[in-house]
Amino acid sequence: MTAMLEVRNLVKQFGHFTAVDGISFEVQRGEVLGFLGPNGAGKSTTMKMITGFLGPTAGTVTVNQIDALANPIMAKTRIGYLPEGAPAYPDMTPAAFLNFIASIRGLSSKQRRERIAAITERIELRRVMEQPIETLSKGFKRRVGLAQALLHDPEILILDEPTDGLDPNQKFQVRGLIRELAPEKAIIISTHILEEVSAVCSRALIIAHGKVVADGTPGELMGRSRFHNAVVLELKGKDQPDFETIRADLIRVPGVASVEPDGDRRVVVFPQDSATVTDGVSQLASARGWQIGAFYVDPGRMDEVFRTITQGN
Amino acid sequence: MGAMTTVFRRELAGYFATPVAWVFIVIFLLTTAAFAFYLGNFFERGQADLLSFFTYLPWLYLFLIPAIGMRLWSEERKTGTIELLLTLPISVPAAVLGKFLAAWAFVGIALALTFPFWLTVSYLGDPDHGVIVASYVGALLMAGGYLAITSCLSSLTQNQVIAFVVSTVVCFLFTVSGTPIVLDFVSGWAPDMLVDQIAGFSFITHFQSIIGGVIDLRDLVFFASLIGVWLFANMIIVEYKKFAG
Repeated sequence: MTAMLEVRNLVKQFGHFTAVDGISFEVQRGEVLGFLGPNGAGKSTTMKMITGFLGPTAGTVTVNQIDALANPIMAKTRIGYLPEGAPAYPDMTPAAFLNFIASIRGLSSKQRRERIAAITERIELRRVMEQPIETLSKGFKRRVGLAQALLHDPEILILDEPTDGLDPNQKFQVRGLIRELAPEKAIIISTHILEEVSAVCSRALIIAHGKVVADGTPGELMGRSRFHNAVVLELKGKDQPDFETIRADLIRVPGVASVEPDGDRRVVVFPQDSATVTDGVSQLASARGWQIGAFYVDPGRMDEVFRTITQGN
Repeated sequence: MGAMTTVFRRELAGYFATPVAWVFIVIFLLTTAAFAFYLGNFFERGQADLLSFFTYLPWLYLFLIPAIGMRLWSEERKTGTIELLLTLPISVPAAVLGKFLAAWAFVGIALALTFPFWLTVSYLGDPDHGVIVASYVGALLMAGGYLAITSCLSSLTQNQVIAFVVSTVVCFLFTVSGTPIVLDFVSGWAPDMLVDQIAGFSFITHFQSIIGGVIDLRDLVFFASLIGVWLFANMIIVEYKKFAG
């Protein structure tokens, strides 16, 4: 299967500053690729180069086998793009704005009406269609930007922080929309909300200082966490043994590497080499008669993986 | 072509979506009238022509056209919509032309609304309508020249005030390049040929020969190629900024 979007050794220099330093990746149909990284890591710059807003210093972008640098207009017809901050002409209404975009995209007036009606229904834009965009709330502005990107039903969707500025309900809705669109499209989203990666992405790239520093499924990235497969134990009741006593017991369970406190009542039991230690820990707990308030296996902590990878410590 | 028309329509509608269009048209009509009647002595001259109206047009253009054109590209940069526009399937030349033509059409509308002057002289006397038509064509072409300069310079900055001021200064130099203000500055050291060249760039010289009733192809070619050169530079700047960031 050939990739829907292929990026090879993309470089962008602004004067002496290298914003993107040799990024390569592929996105297949059906994939939702998450760009993760600290601010200024080069996520947006990479997106701007893929969509043709910035010209790369070096490297290639191939959109469904079209060389995007040689045939920018052809490539642009295949891409739907939500730029950072969802810019839109402030004195236009969403109705006029979406009509403008659809018209530039070459949709016939019948297609235009149908697509605009379907999309504004889907992302609940109907009741603000006749208000100037500058008077809309941040959430509505973002949704106008999303509608604009989806109008021509593109094969490739590139969304720069699609849920920024949305309330939790709207975030949930947009993530649902992305998952719904995913099977038919190749999608890239950038975000710095880590939970979003597990929620919608099938794969994530962690980008730092203009380079890809990690590439894998959310599960694989979580597997890199030192919390991965650790057992978290919460004790309840008043007369519990102190942490040192518990630790001394737990450390003798086969496969346990170390034991650390986590807050007042929680204890994290780290296994050696991600081994499974649940059985040993639960047997010990019942043998000692500890009253267990919570007991679970940690899948790994994305924020910890993110910090470790991007800060290198 | 379709995309260019779409940009043209959006841009032209944009002028009328805000009070800008109405403010501009009212001020344009009031000032042309004031210039024609007070400075141009429209009635005292006792001539059935529009010379007193057209003579002062370059000076009005000098401020009003940069005010119309300053937003063309700088506002797109300021609001970030340029990123939207340039990632849509439209070529840079089509975007530049669509925007320019919309602003030009808007100036054309304002110019067309000065028709009561024409009606007045037709009522009062028997003017040479051929000269008046030629003068209007010249006035529109000259507006295109000022506008192309402004459009090009507005693509260099996201600040509309800077776009306005720099455009006004450049337009001023083109307006007066046939007068001593510019010529005295160069004639001391530059060869005569260069001085003649610079004088040849004067909007006023070319425009005056048109409104004087002499339709010389060279005057038309001058304005047309001036528009072409500045718009070409405009396209280069928009394209170049993609790589410079």
